[in-house]
Amino acid sequence: MNVLRRVLLGLAAPVLALIVAGLFTTLLLLLTGDDVGGFWDTMLSWPKNRNLVNILNSASVLYLSGVAAAIGFRMNLFNIGVEGQYKVAMFAAAVFAGQAWLPGKLNVIAAVLVAMIAGAIWAGIAGILRTTRGVSEVISTIMLNAIAGPLVGYFLAKWGQSTGNSTQTKPIPEESWVGGITIFSDSVTKLYGLSLLAVVVGVLFWLVLNRTRFGFDLRATGSSESAAIASGVNTKRMIVISMLLSGAVAGLVGLPVLFGNSHNYGASFQAGLGFAGIAVALLGRNNPVGIAFGALIFAFLTEQGNLLNIMAGISPDIVAVTQGVIVIAVVIAYEVVRRARTRIEQAAVADALAAEKGAAA
Amino acid sequence: MLAFIAGGFVLLSAVRVISGADEITSSGTLAVTLTATMPIALAGLGGLWAERAGVVNIGLEGMMIMGTLGAGYVTYHHGVLAGVLGAIAFGMIGGALHALATVIFGVDHIVSGVAINIIAAGIAGFLAEAWFTDLPGGGPTQSPSLADPGKINLSFLSEPASNLEDKHWFLVSDLASVVEMFTKNLSVLTLLGLALIVGSFFLLWRTRFGLRLRSCGEAPEAAESVGINVYRYKFTAVMISGGLAGLGGAYLALVSTSGFQVGQTQGRGYIGLAAMIFGNWRPTGMFMGSGLFGYTQALPFRDGTHSVHALLLVVAGLLVAVAVIQWLKGSRRNAIISVVLGAVFLTWYLTTDIVPADFTKMAPYVTTMLVLAFAAQRLRMPAADGRIYRKGSSG
Repeated sequence: MNVLRRVLLGLAAPVLALIVAGLFTTLLLLLTGDDVGGFWDTMLSWPKNRNLVNILNSASVLYLSGVAAAIGFRMNLFNIGVEGQYKVAMFAAAVFAGQAWLPGKLNVIAAVLVAMIAGAIWAGIAGILRTTRGVSEVISTIMLNAIAGPLVGYFLAKWGQSTGNSTQTKPIPEESWVGGITIFSDSVTKLYGLSLLAVVVGVLFWLVLNRTRFGFDLRATGSSESAAIASGVNTKRMIVISMLLSGAVAGLVGLPVLFGNSHNYGASFQAGLGFAGIAVALLGRNNPVGIAFGALIFAFLTEQGNLLNIMAGISPDIVAVTQGVIVIAVVIAYEVVRRARTRIEQAAVADALAAEKGAAA
Repeated sequence: MLAFIAGGFVLLSAVRVISGADEITSSGTLAVTLTATMPIALAGLGGLWAERAGVVNIGLEGMMIMGTLGAGYVTYHHGVLAGVLGAIAFGMIGGALHALATVIFGVDHIVSGVAINIIAAGIAGFLAEAWFTDLPGGGPTQSPSLADPGKINLSFLSEPASNLEDKHWFLVSDLASVVEMFTKNLSVLTLLGLALIVGSFFLLWRTRFGLRLRSCGEAPEAAESVGINVYRYKFTAVMISGGLAGLGGAYLALVSTSGFQVGQTQGRGYIGLAAMIFGNWRPTGMFMGSGLFGYTQALPFRDGTHSVHALLLVVAGLLVAVAVIQWLKGSRRNAIISVVLGAVFLTWYLTTDIVPADFTKMAPYVTTMLVLAFAAQRLRMPAADGRIYRKGSSG
């Protein structure tokens, strides 16, 4: 197959998915008699500088969540529990950093480690249950999500400080805040310092996946478990390690906001990033670069969607529909393209064989 | 199975008498339990239909959300009966999407389910604002209050039972509570749900249709080789699955509360899935699992801190019973572990007066994890569950 055709086939799926999602959203808006023109004007307008910074901020957080999910997905391990893992981890990091046992930036580094360990432990429970007791990680991570809420709630009530009608952890001392990075001088919002974690994680993910034995084993197990076992891969060990890694990355999700903006764990906690991360990972085909595009698209849609209420009188929830449809359309489109590709390859092989036979006869 | 339920009930009754926490088997608690159980059980039943045909349905949550929305909209405009049917239809739309993705296009089942949950939550939020904002009593996140589907009262049974319950006799009063639960203010939808669970059992395990459907979940290639249209059975099963989850949503919007609210499913679709696995992909077990979730959801609302505290004694009793069974089976190590755990719970009971509310909220999920951890080897899911099947792939 020539290069051009391969590139076209590769691009076909995402483009098709975006078109389907656009059509579906338009149809829904027509159905409710909303302002379709206003919707597209708002969504397709170029964001202001401060909105661009917001997009980068939420994209980096989504990216971390997406990579966390992708580590498991690469070996057919469905870590649905990123949601619970980053909740537990963010709380643990907030409590630790709030104690200020270490000075300045040392406190930040230690808190990052605490978050990673907490996330890894929470995910590891599911990994251990899977390998020792055969419990499906899908169910155990869902259960762990549900347990994380009350567990954090209990300790928040116990260790937190009440101000008025909300409770939060002890604030992180100002010397341990991670300042923002100014991208546009005219914008009040800044890029969270710890957003750069996303870049580090992305590069490491790519390196481990493509340049290490572990990454090879991970991909091999995902492609064909029986073949991996036959070639000597210890799949049980792989399952536990990838769950721990997945949880450790999930643990980072809450940190940019924690150290850059809220400075404590409390009412400002943003839920739902775990499930969004799963969607972003699927959109990017669990590939380090693909996930980045997925995260940017999701962040762009959400940020633009926030303007819908003011600009066009439409509920921003419509954006969630668009995002969901993109995900399901993209996986279907990938499948259709994969089948088309297989058919083309089969036809090419058959032609070659027929030509050979003809030459021999 | 029956012996197990009976044993558990006697234990509950004994603990009630010992601890004086009358609410743990009061008719009020049982009624709330039943109301909390039914949506979970309906979602679980939906999961059972899909997985028996070999399709994992993690999109139950989204289909349930669709059901709450359908119930809200159609009930307001066309009455309760149409509303229930509307909820089922809305759930089926979700089911059809899942079937299209997984059965026709062969997409991974978990992936499709996750996407459906995202879409459904978005649609519910968006359409709720479009549909309910301008209605009297409605708002951007909730429908006006809706009519009740109707209740059944058999007062000639429930009143004597109520008198008996107030005597607080061992076992007798507890059984009276159960009678009262089924004879006083029993929602029509509860009855419908129970009938569907029993009906599903007969349909799936006692008819040719059911055997064929289950064969698609066990060995689709073999089913194909004897002329069964596997795609059609899988598609049908997933549609029914969506309809049942939608009905679960209708139950939430019409019986549990009196109106649609954004986010009112609160993960019950996932819990239904867990209840089904807990119940070994069987209707009876699934219903028991749902009951466990329902009970632990209900109890905190009924003199919560004391009732849940009394439950510690129940857990201790159960662990001792497990220890005896394990000992008789010859596994002494497990028996000793159970006794030690039982002692821990007994100590917890004796040294405290209340259990924090957060622990109560965790209880059903922790229980499920423990049950899965200890019983996972005994659970047997349909052999081809979650596998992607392509027509003609058996060669």
